[in-house]
Amino acid sequence: MTFSISGVILIAVLALLAVGIYGLLAVRNLIKVIVALQILAKGAVLALVLAGYVRGEANLGQSMALTVIVADTIVAVVGMALAVQIRRHVGTLDIQALTTLRR
Amino acid sequence: MMWHVLIVVGMVVCAIQAIRVQRLLISALWLAGCSALVALLVYLLGAPEIAVIELSVGAGLVTVLFVFAINIAGEESLVVQKFIPAPLAWLLVALSVFLLGWLTLPGLSAAAGSLAQPDFTRVLWVDRQMDMMLQTVLIFSGTLGMIGLLSDSKKPHPPKEKSA
Repeated sequence: MTFSISGVILIAVLALLAVGIYGLLAVRNLIKVIVALQILAKGAVLALVLAGYVRGEANLGQSMALTVIVADTIVAVVGMALAVQIRRHVGTLDIQALTTLRR
Repeated sequence: MMWHVLIVVGMVVCAIQAIRVQRLLISALWLAGCSALVALLVYLLGAPEIAVIELSVGAGLVTVLFVFAINIAGEESLVVQKFIPAPLAWLLVALSVFLLGWLTLPGLSAAAGSLAQPDFTRVLWVDRQMDMMLQTVLIFSGTLGMIGLLSDSKKPHPPKEKSA
């Protein structure tokens, strides 16, 4: 069984998405959740560039990847601002401790 | 091909370590390594503009912000039980990866488009003008997020009692 470059990179995309989804499901630290989101977004960027490469529309894939990078960075910044403020006001980064409905 | 495989293996190891390690600072550094390897892979796929942006923003700016946020919020390693049981998490991950692979694998063998592709500048600034405007709005949101990150926490003032 031989793999082309596209096949190898598709495996990388799936692996990054798997690690990101596992992180979102298993991790309880708020900053780690943002790390998992970043890994998911890296998988998405790689998938878009790969799609452009495979379909012969590299520039369209690149422009979409640029949008994902910008949106992902903003998500990280806003998420970190939220994490810092939550830590200041609640005193923990544990997302299970933040569920006020269980109290 | 060999280089691609090595980069992919390094990238996946970096991603797993970023989730696995307990210390947040080390996790941010592994994420930066993963981002740098993604940038290298994107460059090898023939997208140098995106590789430069990913390297400078993903591995540079975001890492600096992570270190800054961890410095403010402090290290808090949670060694308590996980959010959901590990077997259930792995089952959900396997299911989602299977579905993604099943949906994307036929696309790899699809024929490449025969249309002559416009250059990157035209695609970005003419064809996807709306997205660029959206990105401008997003950057303003990011600036507001930075203000939230940098602002001091001030406890709300207690309501003043009315004098009788």
